[in-house]
Amino acid sequence: MIWNEAKECMSRDELKSLQSKRLVKLVDRVYHNVEYYRKKMQAIGLEPSDIKGVEDIVKLPFTTYEDLNAAYPYGLCAAPLSQIVRVQASSGTTGKSKVATYTRRDIEIWSECVARALTMAGVTRDDIIQVGYGYGLFTGGLGAHYGAENLGAMVIPMSTGNTKKLITMMIDCQVTAIACTPSYLLHVAEALEEQGLVDQIKLKIAICGAEPWTDNMRKQIEERLHIKAYDIYGLTEIMGPGVACDCDHHKGLHIYEDHFLPEIIDPETLKPVGDGESGELVITTLTKEGMPLLRYRTRDLTSLETGTCECGRTMARIQRFKGRSDDMLVIRGVNVFPSQVEHALLSVAGTTPNYFITVDRVDNNDTFEVAIEVEERFFSDEIRALESLRDKVASAIHQAVGIKAKVKLVEPNTLEHSQGKTKHVNDKRKLV
Amino acid sequence: MYIKQLSVFLENKPGTLEEALKILKESEVNIVALSLADTSEFGLLRIVVDKPEEAKQALRDKGYTSILNEVLMVHLKDQVGYLQKLIETVSGAGINVEYMYAAPTLSEGADLILKTSDLKGAEEAIRKVDGN
Repeated sequence: MIWNEAKECMSRDELKSLQSKRLVKLVDRVYHNVEYYRKKMQAIGLEPSDIKGVEDIVKLPFTTYEDLNAAYPYGLCAAPLSQIVRVQASSGTTGKSKVATYTRRDIEIWSECVARALTMAGVTRDDIIQVGYGYGLFTGGLGAHYGAENLGAMVIPMSTGNTKKLITMMIDCQVTAIACTPSYLLHVAEALEEQGLVDQIKLKIAICGAEPWTDNMRKQIEERLHIKAYDIYGLTEIMGPGVACDCDHHKGLHIYEDHFLPEIIDPETLKPVGDGESGELVITTLTKEGMPLLRYRTRDLTSLETGTCECGRTMARIQRFKGRSDDMLVIRGVNVFPSQVEHALLSVAGTTPNYFITVDRVDNNDTFEVAIEVEERFFSDEIRALESLRDKVASAIHQAVGIKAKVKLVEPNTLEHSQGKTKHVNDKRKLV
Repeated sequence: MYIKQLSVFLENKPGTLEEALKILKESEVNIVALSLADTSEFGLLRIVVDKPEEAKQALRDKGYTSILNEVLMVHLKDQVGYLQKLIETVSGAGINVEYMYAAPTLSEGADLILKTSDLKGAEEAIRKVDGN
């Protein structure tokens, strides 16, 4: 099934002409409504009239999360605040969040994109879907929820944190589809197996995203739960989940190019790479009203496959992610920057002690450990004081990044040093 | 009387205590009293030594975090109920014992190393106890 065949299967020529029309309008709108972009364009001597179609995209300036930070919270808004109906946010590199604003139409388009993605995965209005993403500032919960409602499915807004209740409702309410992170679904699978309940579920489809996962994880999910699992991609800055999703053929994630114009650039030279070559994914939001972004650098490394898919869709496919061009970590579906941990340590200890982050996946759950070297200035002869320091650091990290870390106090000079520069992260998960 | 105590941070793993002790030996530091407090993740070695400043420097040179602070050293009579009487006096003054440990003396009885919420108050209270 295809939710919007007219768009998802349009010819590349038609698509290009639609994208060009939308890009010209977008550039005109941000130039006149967003001072931040107007200044950026003026700085390089660019007029809106210089952009005549998609081929001119390379003339436009990039947007990075430093720009989002500088323009926090409303500086990139292209619509009056009275027209904004929603705010979502995700972790920023510093203490501040990356805030995204949405007009009513933005929410409608988001719901349309998620409905396309769910349909691509085989979900219909007859399905009963549990949304196991967090509801709140994180885009996962509300994004999947509105999309599933738009589709007409029955939505159970589980959110996160109560696996027991999720399993009970999955069985009792005869849930047929679920949207959650792949690692959490494996955790649910384990719980179902332990209680011998796998044959009691009616689940058929899982739409998993918010973190990188492997083919092997997909295989495990599909075999252990006897379902089909699909990958969904998105990011708060651009919209949320539903920017791209994979179809039955699993040959990459179809990106909805009528709303999101993708490019692949070399993260060093910032020049476009050749067709099919790998680089950093850059997205321009063609139809966003609240916070449209020109050439947003996602930092996700991938390549794009064009050419009509066996499913009939003409939308380009994002290939397997090969990592990040920055140091962001995705832990339990949450974006974590080492700099956030550093800020949290700074707030507790006055200056940043040497620290080391270890991320691993044990029994399908991400572990997040922060080791801190105990320095004389915050050392104490009382255990109580040391434990209180550890707890304060843990709570500051939790507040900064939104997930709990296991904080460990270690002796000085025990953490890894490489080439004079201290290495701060060891991600032991093999996901790329 | 007031005495300087050296506290050393140790990770809970084999070899760390031995290495710290080796550093003290090599600096010819003699340990008079010691206690090792442990949690599931780390240990805290508290020692009274003959040369506290030298000991601290030697440990610091080898990358160990340690601090010197004052604690009380109190004589314990070799007598049933003496420790109870001593602590009763301290708690009677509204002072909380943070930690304590005992050390042998060459003469009769033992020494008690004591850290309280109010060191001065505890010292004054203890002075009233017979034998101190």
